[in-house]
Amino acid sequence: MEFIQDMMNYEFLQKALITSIVVGIICGVIGSFIVLRGMALMGDAVSHAVLPGVAISYMLGINYFYGAVLTGILSAIGIGIISQNSRVKNDSSIGIVFSAAFAFGIILITLAQSATDLTQILFGNVLSVRSSDMWLTIIVGVVVLLSVLLFYKEFLVSSFDETMAAAYGLKVRMIHYAIMVLLTLVTVASLQTVGVILVISMLITPAATAYLLTNRMSVMIFMAAFFGALSAIIGLYFSFTYNLPSGPVIALATTAMFLVAFLFSPKQGVLLRTLRINKRKDIFTDPV
Amino acid sequence: MQQINVKKLSVSYYGKQVISNVSFSFESGKLIGIIGPNGAGKSTMMKAMLGLIPRDSGEVMIEDQPLQTIQKKIAYVPQRSNIDWDFPIIVKDTVLLGTFPKLGLFRRPKKHDRNWAMECLKKVGMEKYAKNQIGELSGGQQQRVFLARALAQKAEYFFLDEPFVGIDVASEEVIIRILKDLRNEGKTVFVVHHDLSKVKSYFDDLVLINKEIISSGPVEYVFKPKLMQKAYNYSLNMMESVGGEV
Repeated sequence: MEFIQDMMNYEFLQKALITSIVVGIICGVIGSFIVLRGMALMGDAVSHAVLPGVAISYMLGINYFYGAVLTGILSAIGIGIISQNSRVKNDSSIGIVFSAAFAFGIILITLAQSATDLTQILFGNVLSVRSSDMWLTIIVGVVVLLSVLLFYKEFLVSSFDETMAAAYGLKVRMIHYAIMVLLTLVTVASLQTVGVILVISMLITPAATAYLLTNRMSVMIFMAAFFGALSAIIGLYFSFTYNLPSGPVIALATTAMFLVAFLFSPKQGVLLRTLRINKRKDIFTDPV
Repeated sequence: MQQINVKKLSVSYYGKQVISNVSFSFESGKLIGIIGPNGAGKSTMMKAMLGLIPRDSGEVMIEDQPLQTIQKKIAYVPQRSNIDWDFPIIVKDTVLLGTFPKLGLFRRPKKHDRNWAMECLKKVGMEKYAKNQIGELSGGQQQRVFLARALAQKAEYFFLDEPFVGIDVASEEVIIRILKDLRNEGKTVFVVHHDLSKVKSYFDDLVLINKEIISSGPVEYVFKPKLMQKAYNYSLNMMESVGGEV
């Protein structure tokens, strides 16, 4: 209750709330595609690879958004180049590129001597969201949602059966890179809220939770957006009330939702499935 | 007239050539089997024909045009093992994917597209399962749904990669009947296949390969012990099964 009252009174809290909700929604939406395309590790890579971009922007005195998007996309391209032009498999090339980019980023930030910024970038601080950050997040949100709406068909068919899509002439490479660009935008927009290290939890966990609860991709996307937004609000609440970093709280909130779905999902739930199997056993062992 | 021409098709993986210099040509309106031993490069050749994997050399002309210009007339059914059957999609929406190529960008499937998808689903006898998630089906049922998706594409050329592997007899009968119907309507159907016992009753023409082309042409001409021996490297088992048939 007190939280809601404060919400009415403090502008910074309203900004934080709007930003977290938008971040939660777009992470859920793009995260759904990341989960379905088996690119979870790629999400982790891109989120780490934005760090050098943030540092360079800081040194040049420009908005961190531009540098972060640039290095994020460069690393996605770099991963593609390594895995397509050598026998090194995709997951290994992801490991190579993202650790290199992350290391480079940390050194740059250390050189720029902005230690406080480093922890914020790494773990998020939703309460420090400025107006410009909020608007940036909203713009990214509109771009992401519009792209998914316009190219829904293409995203669906290429995620489900890429070869069939390529056979009828769909440019599946381009779709892959388009999703990488959207992923980078979403990651950068989430920096303030969850931070580099834990963006992955916002991307993967709500989408994976939704994946356990439905048999339709459209429904999965909506559910993932809802879980994402909900966990962001929970993160904000704990961050404000108990002075905790928002990123870890959000990550744990998404995990809690996942655990509930994992145990109790009507079709996929571990608990109900075990109960069902036991019941069947009872039928067989019942003496007639 | 020969409407399908494949010329000097070669593909390599990491510098090692897996198919080399494959050439053949066929009239359209035929049911064509691509056969050869395991590892002969049958699926690779089909994918290379369709431009799904990079090729070292070669060209594929259909109706005197490079294949890339008529891609919307092509329906491809991948091997069942290449699909994520846990994907959140139900049967009727899977078939609906077949209407996407002709819709193009920005247009959503309409009522008549959905009706058409249901019609295709009925043709393969799977309408009862329209609302099931695809992973809930048996292998044969999954293959029928994918054939329905290919039908929904209203294609002229059909390419199926091992459609009969690991499926039940009833599904196999449904699928071959539909493929023959397509052929009778003047469509061209390529099928990667490895069960030699059915070759004669299924196909009009054959491409027999083992890394390079061994022979191609009408079944009566290709499916002979001598050529089969050559393709299967004189394996004794193979000789017996072919010998019994021919």
